[in-house]
Amino acid sequence: MAESHGEAKGTASAHTEAEGGHGFPPFQKETFPSQIVSLVITFVALYVIVSRLALPKVGGVIDARQKAIDGDLAEAQRLNDESEAAMKAYESELAAARARAQAIGAETREKLAASSDAERKALEDSLAAKLAAAEKSIATTRATAMSNVRGIAADAASAIVQQLTGKAPAGKTVEAAVDASLKGTA
Amino acid sequence: MIDPIHQFHLNKIFTIGHIGNQEIAFTNSTAYMLLAVVLIAGMMLAAGRALVPGRFQSVVELSYEFVANTLRTSAGSHGMTFFPLVFSLFMFIFVSNIVGIIPYTFTVSSHIIVTFSLALLVFLTVIIYGFYKNGLKFFKLFVPSGIPAVILPLVVVIEIISFFSRPISHSVRLFANMLAGHVTLKVFASFVTMLGALGFVGKVGALLPLGLTVALTGLELMVAFLQAYVFTILTCIYLNDAIHPGH
Repeated sequence: MAESHGEAKGTASAHTEAEGGHGFPPFQKETFPSQIVSLVITFVALYVIVSRLALPKVGGVIDARQKAIDGDLAEAQRLNDESEAAMKAYESELAAARARAQAIGAETREKLAASSDAERKALEDSLAAKLAAAEKSIATTRATAMSNVRGIAADAASAIVQQLTGKAPAGKTVEAAVDASLKGTA
Repeated sequence: MIDPIHQFHLNKIFTIGHIGNQEIAFTNSTAYMLLAVVLIAGMMLAAGRALVPGRFQSVVELSYEFVANTLRTSAGSHGMTFFPLVFSLFMFIFVSNIVGIIPYTFTVSSHIIVTFSLALLVFLTVIIYGFYKNGLKFFKLFVPSGIPAVILPLVVVIEIISFFSRPISHSVRLFANMLAGHVTLKVFASFVTMLGALGFVGKVGALLPLGLTVALTGLELMVAFLQAYVFTILTCIYLNDAIHPGH
């Protein structure tokens, strides 16, 4: 197969040699000017199109996209900051409200404690006054009772003496005796 | 018989004019150069301007950003001055290479004079811009810093030789790759027709070169892109020398 291919190649190149007579196409110098001129014209045209129209256009689109992305990111950042600030404000508001509530509670508690203290004091005072009055009345009652007891005792003594002796003793003597007896018991 | 070289023939379509005694012809090569320009311009200008690009617009923007990134990474942001040139070079070579893979077409870059002209364009751009931008400091390109004085003359000679052989290596690489690839494709494709003519057994045997031809077409697609890319990135590296000659 390789041999037949070699033959084919040989005949082919011989054929080319016979027809064109110039050898290997890339080395045919007489084609160079045409190719150079073609290349210069087409490449300059390409360069002009690329540098004037194509690249500014595509680059502009890419830049615009980058700008849009950057803008959106900045906007998102701004909104994020805003929401964070709102969150912070809410939290500080909440803390203030909580502190206020606590203050109100404490104040109310103090007020209530003070008023209950005052009431208790008033009650205690009135009770003490009542107690004093009661003690006083007891003392007077007792004093009255004691003086009655003296009279009763004197009467009883003079009655007893009258029953025993048949004559009433002198009032003064009885009273002195009762007093002495009361002093003795007292 | 199938001639693997036939595809590289230039056929005159009509005569444009004369320069001296030399006839300037509109050839099949001219037609394919024109086709590449029309394809690139059409693609670039027809692409939409949507904020969220469609497929077609994405391809156009991808090619823009691909070349822009290649240039920026090798030649710095200052290299973007040459963006239109580099973009034109890449797209011209890439599109004409891809078109050349289609059977019966002509591959513009399979001619040394075309690739050499493009390489020379880059070479002259580097020299002219290098001297325009840096003045005599451009010669620093040939004197790398940090080299011992003893071997410096030798290094300078090597640098000068390598600098002046650039357009040759730059152009021959692209030309030889395209030429060899297309010759190989044609040879394997011709095996298919040769074996196919040998009856049933030959037709079965032709399956092997047919498969190889398909595989080679895939490889050539890659080579078409890769060589356009290599040409472009070398252009960027050479332009970087013109912008920053101090190594």
